[in-house]
Order: sequence, then structure tokens, then C-alpha cells
Amino acid sequence: MIPAAFEYARASSVEEASKLLKKYGEDAKVLAGGHSLIPLMRLRLAQPKALVDINGIKDLDHIKESGSKLHVGALARHVMIQNSAVVKQNLPILAEVAGEVGDNQVRNMGTIGGVMAHADAAGDYPTIALMLDAEIVTNQRTIAAKDFFKDIFTTPLAPDEIVIEVVFPVANGPHKYIKFRRRLFDWAIVGAAAQKMNGGWRIGLTNVGPTPVRATAVEKALHDGAKPEEAAQHASDGLNPSGDLRASPEYKKHLARVLTKRAIEQAE
Amino acid sequence: MAVTTMIGAKIHRREDPRLVSGEGRYVDDFTRPGTVFLSVVRSPFAHALVKSIDITQATKAPGVVAVYTYKDFAKVLSGTMPVTPSFVAEKKQIPPRFPIAEKEVVYQGEPVAVVLAETKYQASDASNLIDVEYEQLPAVMDLDKALEAKSPKVHSDGPDNLGWDLTYIPDDPAVMKEAEVVIKARILQQRLAPTSMETRGVLAEYSKPDGTMTVWMSSQSPHFVRLFLGGAMGIPENRLRVISPDVGGGFGAKISPYSEDWLVPAAAKLSGRPVKWIESRTESLLTTTHGRGQVFEVEAGAKKDGTLVFIKATQYLDIGAYMGTFAAFQACACLLAGGAYNWKHVAARTVGVLTNKVPTDPYRGAGRPEATHLCERAIDLLAGELKMDPAELRRKNFITTFPHTNHFGLVFDSGAYEKAMDMAMGIAGYEKLRKEQEEGRKKGKYLGIGMSSWIEICGFGPSAATAPATGGIALVESAQVRVFPTGSVAVYVGTHSHGQGHDTTFPQIVADTLGVPYDSIELRHGDTAEGPAFGYGTYGSRSLAVGGMAVHKASKKVVDKARKIAAHLFEAAEEDVAFDQGHFYVKGSPDKRKAFGEVAFASYGAGLPEGMEQGLEAVAYYDPSNFVWPFGTHIAVVEVDTQTGHVDLKRYIAVDDCGNIINPMIVDGQIHGGVAQGISQALYEEIIYDDESGQMRTGTFTDYLVPSANEFPVFELGRTITPSPTNELGVKGIGEAGTIASSIAIINAVCDALSPFGIKHVDMPASPDRIWKLIHDAQAGSNHGKEARK
Repeated sequence: MIPAAFEYARASSVEEASKLLKKYGEDAKVLAGGHSLIPLMRLRLAQPKALVDINGIKDLDHIKESGSKLHVGALARHVMIQNSAVVKQNLPILAEVAGEVGDNQVRNMGTIGGVMAHADAAGDYPTIALMLDAEIVTNQRTIAAKDFFKDIFTTPLAPDEIVIEVVFPVANGPHKYIKFRRRLFDWAIVGAAAQKMNGGWRIGLTNVGPTPVRATAVEKALHDGAKPEEAAQHASDGLNPSGDLRASPEYKKHLARVLTKRAIEQAE
Repeated sequence: MAVTTMIGAKIHRREDPRLVSGEGRYVDDFTRPGTVFLSVVRSPFAHALVKSIDITQATKAPGVVAVYTYKDFAKVLSGTMPVTPSFVAEKKQIPPRFPIAEKEVVYQGEPVAVVLAETKYQASDASNLIDVEYEQLPAVMDLDKALEAKSPKVHSDGPDNLGWDLTYIPDDPAVMKEAEVVIKARILQQRLAPTSMETRGVLAEYSKPDGTMTVWMSSQSPHFVRLFLGGAMGIPENRLRVISPDVGGGFGAKISPYSEDWLVPAAAKLSGRPVKWIESRTESLLTTTHGRGQVFEVEAGAKKDGTLVFIKATQYLDIGAYMGTFAAFQACACLLAGGAYNWKHVAARTVGVLTNKVPTDPYRGAGRPEATHLCERAIDLLAGELKMDPAELRRKNFITTFPHTNHFGLVFDSGAYEKAMDMAMGIAGYEKLRKEQEEGRKKGKYLGIGMSSWIEICGFGPSAATAPATGGIALVESAQVRVFPTGSVAVYVGTHSHGQGHDTTFPQIVADTLGVPYDSIELRHGDTAEGPAFGYGTYGSRSLAVGGMAVHKASKKVVDKARKIAAHLFEAAEEDVAFDQGHFYVKGSPDKRKAFGEVAFASYGAGLPEGMEQGLEAVAYYDPSNFVWPFGTHIAVVEVDTQTGHVDLKRYIAVDDCGNIINPMIVDGQIHGGVAQGISQALYEEIIYDDESGQMRTGTFTDYLVPSANEFPVFELGRTITPSPTNELGVKGIGEAGTIASSIAIINAVCDALSPFGIKHVDMPASPDRIWKLIHDAQAGSNHGKEARK
């Protein structure tokens, strides 16, 4: 681990973190769990001039239900979300997704706020946030998930803006997230999520484009009475995924259909 | 000889408490006063001319002590890096390799300059300031294209890209015509990165007044490094000390010397400061030698009744840009192409091909996994054509009489192949599995059962065979046993333990031979300043069958001297003195006895036999009369999800026979690790280069897929014991067995699962995208597929 030189500051409040970020400008990065940022710095693919460590901020890891919404603090670690009784009761799919992130070391450190702000197309939470119309609350505003994931690694966050919490609707009906990958601790090659909510289906896909995808064509087909198998054929509608070492674009589209079908059928 | 009490005992590895509690000491844990850190500037291109190197900015950077390039190293290093004959005595060309590039870089990662700085961060920062001007040349990446007459050349001044072309045994058309059924296959052995947990690393300190050099490095064979490095630097062995402390895995990639093993000591001499370099993981994937990297063309034939007639293998071996020190070792795949079976004819040819990639060199199994893969795949393909159960075809053709001389003149020392296969089939419940498979297929559930009846040559090796292969040094082994006056024992060995458990197993042998408590024996290895003058290192599953025998032999020399002393003390004739369970006594009077420790004490006193010198210690070199030949049968059970292409490994059964066993727990551990590594080749790992640019695309563990324990089922192990007649302990080797057997057990299982689709071949790794495409294509062209199967 030999990164380029950087300055380091540890904030004890959101205000202080925001001030520090303002001071360093665009060359600063927020350090939360660090499980995406530090590997990039190790390879010097990221060379921030300064890191603003927000791990010292108290009360940013809350998990609570309020007004039929689930509020998850930005610093909530994956392991906390995975094991939270509140999450299991109000949005069990989120607890299950959290349990599928990385390995124990990653889950002990990684945060939901970090995943959102990093906006990796292979991230799992963004898919759930997008398909359920979650909201990302920052120190400056509230952003709807559909407006948050702009492009790969790209969000509307300003340089001094910090994610405070993610607000999900309560949904505890049938659900399933299928994360297809080579090794248990890998990123998804393709992921598919199905959640029954308010009498309809919400379907989301991971890693089939630069941002998470909400498979509205599948949702509509299901709404119109199609069987899961038929509806799932629409999972690849409009997709144009790029290929990588593990999957060709064709294979990713195929997986989107197969996994969507299975997610709907296995939802419970 | 004493009744054994420790040999065969299932005791915990004594090195583990130290290693698992963070008390291990690896190269990076060592430091010397005034140490500077070295960072290597490497070629970003697979092939380019070095037009100029501007070091101005780097030398001015904070903390920088020195920047060195070719012209500096040429002052203190001479000659080229070593290449041994191995299994190909005559090569077409051996591109001369200096540890750092001068005018041309021929693989991505080749060193072009080094920076020395006070901290590793400063060294790394400054290395980014070195401005190298390159002129890119076409990169030769593909084996087939490399052999074409119009191919660009790997080295612009080379004659072509052919490293060697050796036919061991040509075709015998008359015999081959006897075959009534013939199969053909083209099998890819993808390049693999050895990925030991500890990467490479070197720390070197030079004393100008004394002219002595001390090198700490992560090596499987410190004595060989001393031999080669001493030659390159003009330092005699008595002034060059190589210490290989705790080593976190080697898998064959830490046998041969590397550029950095030369550059770091040379930089220490040039700068007058101790110098340390620790390889990063990306450097490791890029520049540590790769394993495998071969393509096999295989043809095999049988009679309709299942009698095997011939097998023919042509190996195309991707050497890389330079020849690894033991590059041609992997040609031994040809010599074992016939596997465990009687064939009327075996033909084999090896072709070594240069490419603009990092060199390949031995990696766990080195040639034997490849041999097993090609032979066991051929057997399954023949069984398919003959409509025979693959197990029955094996049973019908197994070699059953030993010693057996194969077509290449190699002598299999002992074996009982059918017995091991039967045990494996019993554990697996083979008949029941076949029924489940048949039932499952009706419901769209695709189970596959794959078998691998493996053999191997190991225990390298007899001097007559190995001295010519290394260019002079016979791969025998040395040991020194020292008994101190109060009876404690120190054993110095020339092997190197980096996961094999020698600290435990060798004292088990000594404890039984000397009849002293196991806890009174200390094992030392890895320091060329200690023990016998030369040690040969650990690789090729040789430590026990060669090194263990050296330990046994030295222990017996000690007992022989102690017996003489005891006889003198008893005033009896030497031949009348018995030695049992650590006690000497005159035969017939077991009550009046002397403990080994008493004799040890006496050996340092007065009143020894006439002419005998004081002391109780002995050095032994053991030269084995033959190699040893372990074997076994592994069975893999997989289920293929035909929708996604995912292979679910449901069960893995391994029955192995490595002769007599010193410590069954360590044998099981070796099998577990080896099996995991072979499965990993079958399903996960693959070094990928971009064919056009020559850039490696698998430079981190995100892209180079090493599986974790999560990806494996519990392995079901069984064991038969067929002692080796080659050595007195009756032992063989087990370090590579799991890797040798397992890749093809998996692939045979995957092919078996996919046979209803008419799929006969799956390349490694059998990744889901690859399998989905095979199924997809087979279904799309099912008519065409049926034609092809006829």
C-alpha cells in the first residue's frame, strides 16, 4: 500500500467535515469505510490531495423507522444493516443485500453512505434505492434516487456535500435479491431484485449499465398480468451493458432475464 | 531399529502457534541500520525500444539516495541469468537476459531503472518522475501466430520465436493404425499466477571492508540463489550469505532467481547502504513467473473392446520473453502423457515458444497436472466413443505390475491403481451417483461425475538424471544432525519449509531414529551460513523422499558412532550392542542399559575408543536411486446450472497414495491445499493479456480470481498405502498431488454434465460465461452439433 501523498483531517461533526471539504475543494475525498477509495489510492488510480475522515462523527449510523420510512444513517456499516431488527422488519431485502456485500472485513467497515456516494454500477444498495424510490439526504438537500445516479461513479453531490442518510419506504412484502458472481465476496456480475410493494412489483438490476436500472418494462408486464417468465423477458429491454472480463454484453442481458425471472419466482 | 512411535503420528504442526499468532518473521520484518528502499521502474509496454531515460527530476526528489539504470548495474553484475537444460537439453535459442533492460523491453513489467530513497513512499513517488522514452514495437502474444514465418519477433534481434522443438518419441504409424476408435482434443492450460500469500522480497547488506554480502529473501532454494548470485557478483560462497526466513508460500515461483534478486544486492554494493525491496501484489501478478501457459494437441486411440492403443501429445509451451531458469521442466508433461495406463505406443513432442509476456516456470505440479489433464481427458473421450463407463475403461488398462518402465524409460517404483480407484468410487457411491445423474437429466438437472486417476514423478532426484538437467548440480539432499553434550539435538537441512511442515515431520523422523524425545529436537533451515555446504531446496515434492532420507541417514550415522562408544563403555563388541527406544544394551542384558543422552555426554569426554574423535554429529548427503511415484483417484461431482452456466461443485473425493506417512495431518493439509489450487485453475484463475497491446488485464485480485474457502465443499479424503521400494522410509511425496489430480477431475465432471448437449470440450477456467456460450451455441446449432458428433 504505497499511495501518493495526501493530507488527512478527521471531522467530528457534519459542519466541520463540510468546512474541511470546502477548504480542500475538488481534490478532497470523504473517507468513510474506505473499501472502494483505498484500493483505488493503493493503485494510485485515485490521488486525492486530502482525505476528510468522517468516521469520528457521532450519530451518523442510526437505523430507525419513522412515519412508514426507514432511515439509514450514512455511516451505518453493512454488518449493522445486515443484523438490524428494524431493517429486517421494515425492509428485509435491504438486510439481505447488506449480508451479500463483500466479506466480513468489508461488511465491518463499509458504509451505506459510501456506497451511495461512490455510485459504482456494481453496487447493490443503489439498485434497491432506485427501484424503491428512496431518497438520499445530504447536509444541503434531499435528492431522489432517480436523480442521484447520473452516470458511472457520478452523482450530483457538490464537493462540500455529504450524504447524511438514505430514506427508504417501508416494504416488507415478498422480495428477493439474486447476486450472480463467481466468488462469494465478489461484486455482482449481474444482480436482480424483486420487491412486492403497494400491490405492485418493483424490479431492479445491478451492473447492466453505467447506473443501476429499474426494469419498468418488467414491472408493467407483471402489472398487466404476465407470468414471471414472460415478464422477465423484458428485463433486458433497452439495456446496453458494456462487457468486461467476466461477462460479454450478450451474457449480461441474458443473465438479467434469467435472474429477474428467478427473483420474482423466489420472492417470499 | 526402534519401534516407531513418532513416524506416522498425527501431531499438530509445531510451527503453527508461531505463524498464526503473528510471530513469524518474513523478509519485510527484517531491517538493518540505514536501510534504504528500492522501487523498480518497469516497462508499461510488452515490447518497445528504450530510446532514453531521464532521471533528472527523480534524483532531485525528496529522500532520493540514488537512481540506477543498466549502465550502473553493468559495473557490478556480469553474465546472464541462468537457464538449465531441464527436460530439453538442446534449445534452439536462449535469449540472453540481464536483470535490467538496456535497449529493448520485451514484457510488461521488465525493469528499466531503480530508485533508492529513505522511505518506500519517497522511492515510489520518485520512480514516477523518471521519464523513459519508448518506441513501441509489435507485441507477440499468441502461440500459434508466434510460430508463423511472418510473425514479428519477441526480441528484435532474435532469429525467430522458437525456443525449442524436441520430439521425444515420434509417431509409430503401424501401431496407430491398429486403433479402431480415435479421439482428438486441443487442450488449453491457461497461464496462472502462483499468488503466494507473501510476495517476493529482498533485503541486502554489503560490507565493503569485509567484502561480505548478506541477503534476506523469500526463497525456496537459498543455496541456489547463493550459487548464481555469487557468480554474477564475483563473491565467493564463503562471503555470501543468503537467508530465507519464514516464507509465506512459494508454489514453485520462488525457486528460480529473479531480476530483483540481482538488482537489490547490486544496489547495496553500489550505494553502500542496506537496500530493501518488497514486491507489491500488482508487481507479483505482472512479474513473478507464471505457471502452465500451454496448449496441447492430443490424439488417442483404442480397440473397440477398450484396449488402449496409442496416445500422442504435442505440447506448445508459452515460454514468455525469456527462458525461466527451469522453463523446460514443464516438458515433463510429455514424459507422463501415458499416465497410469498400458499403451502400445506413446508419442510426444514439446515446442517452446517465445512471447512478449513474463516468463513461465514451474508452478505446483509443473508439467504433471498438464500430463494428467491431457491423459485423463483422452480416457474420458475414448470412453464416450466406446460407450464404456470411464471407470471401467481405466480399470481395463491400468498398469498393474511394478516396477514398470514407461515408453520414455522412466521406472514407476510401485503402485496399486485399481485399489485407489475402488476406494474413491466407494466413498463417492459411484453407482448411485450415476443413477441420480440419469434421473436428474429427465428433470433438467445436469449432474456431472468426473474422475482423475493420476500418477506423478516426484522426489527430484537421482544424481545421474538430475545433474545433467541442472547443468551440473545433482538434486540430492543434505542434512546435519548435531547432538549436544546434554542430549538435545539440532538438525540442519538443505530443504526449505514454506508451508510443508518440516519443523514437525523431520524431527518426527529423528526422534524415532535416535530414540530421543521429539521436543528435544530443533530443526533449522534457510540460512546458507548454517549446516552442510550445500542444500538443494524444496520443490517437486522432494523434501521427504530426498531431504527426509538425508535426515534419516545423518541420524543413523550418529547412532553408528554412539553405538561404538556404547560398546566401548560396555566393554563389548560393537555387533553385540543393541539399540532400542533410545537405549543401548548388550544383547541378552537389556537391564544394564545406557540412554542415548548418556552416550552423547560421554562422546564429549575422555576415554573414547582408540582413535575416535570427540563429538556426536554427522553430515549426510542422500542420493536417491530413483524418483518416487505417488498416485490416486479423485472424483468430482458437479451440477451445472444450464441457464446461467454456473458450475456448482457439490462433492470432491480424493484418494491418494504417497507411500508410508510421517504425519497424516500434514498429508491431509497438503491434499486440501493442492486440490483447492487445482480446482481454482479449473474454475477461476486465469492471467489475461490484451492480445493487441500486450497489457495484462488481471493485475489485481479483483480481476485475477483466487477463490476462498467459501467456494469449496468439504473434501472427502481416503488413503491407500503402497510403500515406495526406492527408499528405506518407504515414502513418496504429496505436496503437488492435489493440484496434479484435481483440475481434470473438475473438467471431466463438467464435460460429463454437458454431454447431453453434445459438448465434448470445455476450456479452463470453466467460467459461467464460457459455459453459457457453449450451451447457447450447442442449442443454436444443434443440428450441426449432431453432424459433428458422428
